[in-house]
Amino acid sequence: MTDRLGTTPSQTVGPFLSIGLSWADGPYVVPEETGGAVRIGGRVLDGAGAPVPDALVETWQADPDGRFDHPDDPRGALRPAIAGFRGFGRSATDELGRWWVLTVKPGALPGPDGAGEAPHLDVSVLARGLMHRVVTRIYFPDETAANAADPVLCAVPEDRRHTLVASEADDGLRFDIRLQGDHETVFFTV
Amino acid sequence: MTFVLPRYADDTAGQPSLDHPDYRSTALRHPTQPLVVLPQRLTEVTGPLLGEERVGELDHDLTRQHAGDPLGQRIVVHGRVLDGDGRPVPATLVEIWQANAAGRYRHVVDETRAPIDPNFTGAGRVMTDAEGNYRFVTVKPGAYPWKNHPNAWRPAHIHLSLFGRAFTQRLVTQMYFPDDPLFGQDPIFNAVRDPAARQRMISRYDHDRTEPGWALAYAFDIVLRGRDATPLDDDDD
Repeated sequence: MTDRLGTTPSQTVGPFLSIGLSWADGPYVVPEETGGAVRIGGRVLDGAGAPVPDALVETWQADPDGRFDHPDDPRGALRPAIAGFRGFGRSATDELGRWWVLTVKPGALPGPDGAGEAPHLDVSVLARGLMHRVVTRIYFPDETAANAADPVLCAVPEDRRHTLVASEADDGLRFDIRLQGDHETVFFTV
Repeated sequence: MTFVLPRYADDTAGQPSLDHPDYRSTALRHPTQPLVVLPQRLTEVTGPLLGEERVGELDHDLTRQHAGDPLGQRIVVHGRVLDGDGRPVPATLVEIWQANAAGRYRHVVDETRAPIDPNFTGAGRVMTDAEGNYRFVTVKPGAYPWKNHPNAWRPAHIHLSLFGRAFTQRLVTQMYFPDDPLFGQDPIFNAVRDPAARQRMISRYDHDRTEPGWALAYAFDIVLRGRDATPLDDDDD
């Protein structure tokens, strides 16, 4: 442990992040034609309620079976049943602070301690003015029972949990990210 | 069902604070509520393992992405991506972006008076090899003015973005150049309070890798979060 290398410090992405971090297919966690795909999107807002037009929202999630195509999933890496499922989404915000991804609802997850987790997406938000990313989670509004038993959600003060649950919208699910102020989104240290 | 997951070490001591008044843009953007501890579970110890399909043939060479050569000092930037235990991180995506040699970004929001270079976009990406090595060819970015404080200038820097192997390891940073006289007045560089940690953001001039008659080389190793020792690790040796 004593010879551990120091981690390279984080620095802000600055205002010009879209030069390096925009992907044409970034928002597509699943291909456009995927059956059952849901659009999740919203706005990134600052402490004055103004849109943040120079942010990047990234999502990471399990597949609909609750599996990861990754060697550190103790159940074994599993190729997803959905063709083109990437698990990862990336969306730069537009001039109104809007972001979106197209995905499928992940499955529930087992926990190392036996306590399972409700379906969720892990989210990183990067922006000018953020010296490192902030991390949050998106939960699903139609999972009331699973959400109530979720160990991560239960560790959040009850009056703030609603900031982590998406809401139904005409075009899918809505999830606004409030960096500061009234109804500030719950952010995590990982 | 019970199982053991890897655990990534806490590295917050060497990281900048989100609330950093000297950098004015943090004022309305830093969370004011306490961060909640997210235990590292399945979603956190896994992450996107993006492959070669993300990288185009000329993405590693920012000087060959247009019809002509960009202006400026041609440089090679190379190094290794390691985790906190010194283990190489193979096959991970490294994305970079930067200003041109005059200190101008190719972006609609950049209103500095320095010229655009039609032969320079300023974006690149590569995968690390099996030993964690990466290499880019580019031009040395210029310093540029900004409006944070009177006579404010950003030291020359290249933005780097890395995924590592897990959500916990995601890192976006900036690589600086040795002995830059602008370090002292830059609130972004100095948002990292620990002087030793700041040094880890400064590249090293590398004469051995400088290519005669062609390009200066700078070495920059990047360290992502390492894993805490677990009982399982005792069996490794």
